[in-house]
Amino acid sequence: MLSLRRKAVNAVMLSLTGVCTFVAVGTLLFILGYLFVHGGSSLTVDFFTKLPTPVGEPGGGMANAIVGSAKLLLIATCIGVPIGFLGGVYLAEFGGSAFSFVVRYTTDLLNGVPSIVIGIFAYTLIVLPQGHFSTLSGGLALGVMMIPIAIRSSEDFLRAVPVSLREGAMALGASKAKTIFTVVIPAAKAGLITGIMLNVARVAGETAPLIFTAFGNRFWSRGWEQPTASLPVMIWTYAISPYKDWKQQAWSAGFVLLMLVLTINVTARMILSKRGHAAR
Amino acid sequence: MQAPSPQPASDVTMRSQTFPMQMAEEKKPAGELSKLSATNLNFHYGTFQALHGISMQVYDKRVTAFIGPSGCGKSTFLRTLNRMYETIRNARVDGEILLDGEDIFKLEVSALRRRVGMVFQRPNPFPKSIFDNIAYGPRINGSVSGSGIKDHVEQSLRRAALWDEVKDKLHDSAYGLSGGQQQRLCIARALAVNPEVLLLDEPCSSLDPIATAKIEDLIFQLKDSCTIVIVTHNMQQAARVADFTGFFLMGKLIEFDNTTVIFKNPAKKETEDYITGRFG
Repeated sequence: MLSLRRKAVNAVMLSLTGVCTFVAVGTLLFILGYLFVHGGSSLTVDFFTKLPTPVGEPGGGMANAIVGSAKLLLIATCIGVPIGFLGGVYLAEFGGSAFSFVVRYTTDLLNGVPSIVIGIFAYTLIVLPQGHFSTLSGGLALGVMMIPIAIRSSEDFLRAVPVSLREGAMALGASKAKTIFTVVIPAAKAGLITGIMLNVARVAGETAPLIFTAFGNRFWSRGWEQPTASLPVMIWTYAISPYKDWKQQAWSAGFVLLMLVLTINVTARMILSKRGHAAR
Repeated sequence: MQAPSPQPASDVTMRSQTFPMQMAEEKKPAGELSKLSATNLNFHYGTFQALHGISMQVYDKRVTAFIGPSGCGKSTFLRTLNRMYETIRNARVDGEILLDGEDIFKLEVSALRRRVGMVFQRPNPFPKSIFDNIAYGPRINGSVSGSGIKDHVEQSLRRAALWDEVKDKLHDSAYGLSGGQQQRLCIARALAVNPEVLLLDEPCSSLDPIATAKIEDLIFQLKDSCTIVIVTHNMQQAARVADFTGFFLMGKLIEFDNTTVIFKNPAKKETEDYITGRFG
């Protein structure tokens, strides 16, 4: 009798966890499939090489948005990675316990700040004083978004380097700084690179902070000081437009963006797992 | 672990403060040169006193072994000899240690560690090639020039009796070696800096008997060129490799003498109890 009850509970719980797993995986597969059908089917070479066309004129692409996104991510990486990485080095290697606690707490809070608020921050800092939207301000907004995750992931990967390696280097007469740069960071290299790539992939899809910083542009951006198009903002603008062919373009842009993010993700995971294999 | 109650502690402290000093006078073997000399060394982790008034000599070009039960302070003492304890927060030392008559606490710490090398309990090769592991010390210390480094690596590997096993795969990862080979690699890495003293912290505790025998042979060969201090849990090992043996108990150096005296005719009851396996 008791064993029957146990079996029934087991069956219910097993199916419950199974269904939830299926829902989680299924959602991703559904999004992938839906985007592939709607966006992938109409993807043409023009999408990558041409500028957007005026309403009503068929064809055209989003070359400016692809380049714009790349430029924004480049600025973001240049801002977020050095600050995040060195902050992570500090926390992992030098931080006193009380101060580190404060820093970690603050970075977690920063990580929780809604992206649109970060956008307002960049808007106030650059756009308002300059009086116009710019690629730079968009990059800054994305860069600030990268900092908390860059700090935490760098810290985690540096901490994962065994104490025995640090001791080995210091016992050979290496100073703390030399130990960090010649042993600890190289040992954590794969993880650090993976962390950066995942971080870039995460902000690549951010839309809100770009709306009033990089703004958007129907043409090629005329420089770092000028507004630029970007894939997420382009998707947003095109998807809420009333025109059928624009909506179709938004699907294609969504597909391209997802593929980009997915490629970065998979590459990053591959670097990490290959590395883990060699080290163990 | 609790510190012993004040009364017996002071009693024993007094004894161990005076006792090795007498020994040094009485039994200092003819023709032995003191390489390292500790006088009245106390060590605290926060409020816990791990070493009580240790005074002893390490003789030049001899093998000195420290034995004693876990937590007796033998590894802690070893780690004061090259100041590796300094990486631990709240660690505090008073007393004197002289290396060739020079106060080690006044030496520059990396200079000290170049002269007093260390090999750890578990092999800790860097995640680099075999060659780069050996070359690490000379490179960071800038002691060997670019062209000389190859010969220097070979010579260090030969001294550690590892050359024949690895000469064809110098540029493979050090992680591909067996545990025993990795430990000899770590010895070679320490030797590459040409240390005057080599500290071995239970170097065989993670190795099988064959690998252990190889390390012991190596210790025997190295003592011509190097002063060796070895911490071991294995009393037979101390009896096999050491010229002098010190017995530690509860943070005190109970007895220090010729290895044969310690094992055949110890002066103290505690030593005899430990050697004969009545406790520990």
